[in-house]
Amino acid sequence: MEKKLKATEEQIAYAKLLDIGMKLGLLILVVTFIIYLTGIFTPHIPVNEISKYWGLSVHDYLKATNAPHGWGWVNLVNKGDFLNFTGIAFLAGVTVFCYLRIIPIFFRKKDTVYGILAILEVLVLTLAASGILKTGGH
Amino acid sequence: MSYVRSEGKLIAKKHSFLDVILRLLPVIIVFVLCISSAVASTEPSAVPAASESTTPWWVWPLVLFIVTFVLGIFAVLGGVGGGVLFVPIIGGFFPFNLDFVRGAGLLVALAGALAAGPGLLKKGMADLRLSLPVALIASSSAIVGAMIGLALPKNVVNIALGATILGIVAIMVIAKKSEYPEVKQADNLSTALRISGIYHEPSTGQDINWKIHRTPQGLSLFVIIGIMAGMFGLGAGWANVPVLNLLMGAPLKVSVATSKFLLSITDTSAAWIYVNNGAVLPMMVVPSIIGIMLGSIVGVRILAKAKPAAIRYIVIGLLLFSGTRALLKGLGIWN
Repeated sequence: MEKKLKATEEQIAYAKLLDIGMKLGLLILVVTFIIYLTGIFTPHIPVNEISKYWGLSVHDYLKATNAPHGWGWVNLVNKGDFLNFTGIAFLAGVTVFCYLRIIPIFFRKKDTVYGILAILEVLVLTLAASGILKTGGH
Repeated sequence: MSYVRSEGKLIAKKHSFLDVILRLLPVIIVFVLCISSAVASTEPSAVPAASESTTPWWVWPLVLFIVTFVLGIFAVLGGVGGGVLFVPIIGGFFPFNLDFVRGAGLLVALAGALAAGPGLLKKGMADLRLSLPVALIASSSAIVGAMIGLALPKNVVNIALGATILGIVAIMVIAKKSEYPEVKQADNLSTALRISGIYHEPSTGQDINWKIHRTPQGLSLFVIIGIMAGMFGLGAGWANVPVLNLLMGAPLKVSVATSKFLLSITDTSAAWIYVNNGAVLPMMVVPSIIGIMLGSIVGVRILAKAKPAAIRYIVIGLLLFSGTRALLKGLGIWN
């Protein structure tokens, strides 16, 4: 059975990309939040009114604020509050890119099973991110 | 059979699939019973109007930042994930709807896992070969859990959350850990997947060989873990570690590190469901992430110098209190 004292090539490749993505994502998150608070871009929901809505269920919140769901936030990215979703989406998307980075390494090493596992994971995460899956609300 | 350290001696201790199931059983049973009873008693509710508050808007995000900063310190010192403290405490004592709290909880747990992931992978503590099959199952299940969680009525989620938190307290109190579980023979599946490794233990200077067993049973438990992680936004270290360590036989440090890394994948899939369904408020998410990450940094520094034993009991007490609060809130007894 293969033993490894050091992290494998794919593990290091994954870690390096994750490190960059995570730092960049957090930076975007902080910068966009500062922009939101300073009011440089007018928010969709004024900051002094947000407390009226955060006690509502998400179903009622979307109705009351006419806020978008799915990838609808992209159309409102010029609004201070929805600008923050760039950082959130970046952080939630970085894992997909890490997987895409290691898939070729697995196949090059003829580790087909793990290559397929990684492809399946990308498909699962892409499905989750796609916005196709909707809940009924309550 | 595995070994636990006691007064400097290694003592043999049996850990079977049944042991781990029995340890997780209280959570699962109470969870299922509560869901079924609460669903039966749920009545359709009218759409509530937006609430007016005299408190300035910035007060709650500021308090949220301060509280999550403290939670970040406690989480590190208490050896738990931030998400498991965040959801019941913020959900129980802040004016935010549980939908948004769970969305924020997932992103808090995700950010923490993403931050820890690179270091754990580079050091070889978290193992990619062990993580990939587990992550595929847990992240698929987390999607289902997130969708169920967002579709269920609030009182049902509160009852199930409360029951789960109380179950986690039980696990924290009764579950043993095994530093180097004995795995006599790797099972066929882990052998075929070549899941094994060597990690360097700096405290003893030794290179620890490890392999795992009971892989099919372990993978099947990650279906339940994934669903619960997605449903409540808790993170899932509390369940990942016992399964990886006690059931599958991975060394404790490898289990803890792999569990933390796994959260970065499991919570990603669930987080997308919350984001796409609108259950994410930046005004909650960003102060929480920054607060808990800064708190974790301070916690790690304190941990390097001292580990007050009392902190673990404070964390257990906090979970007990907030779990009871969620349960009673769901039952309509303490609103």
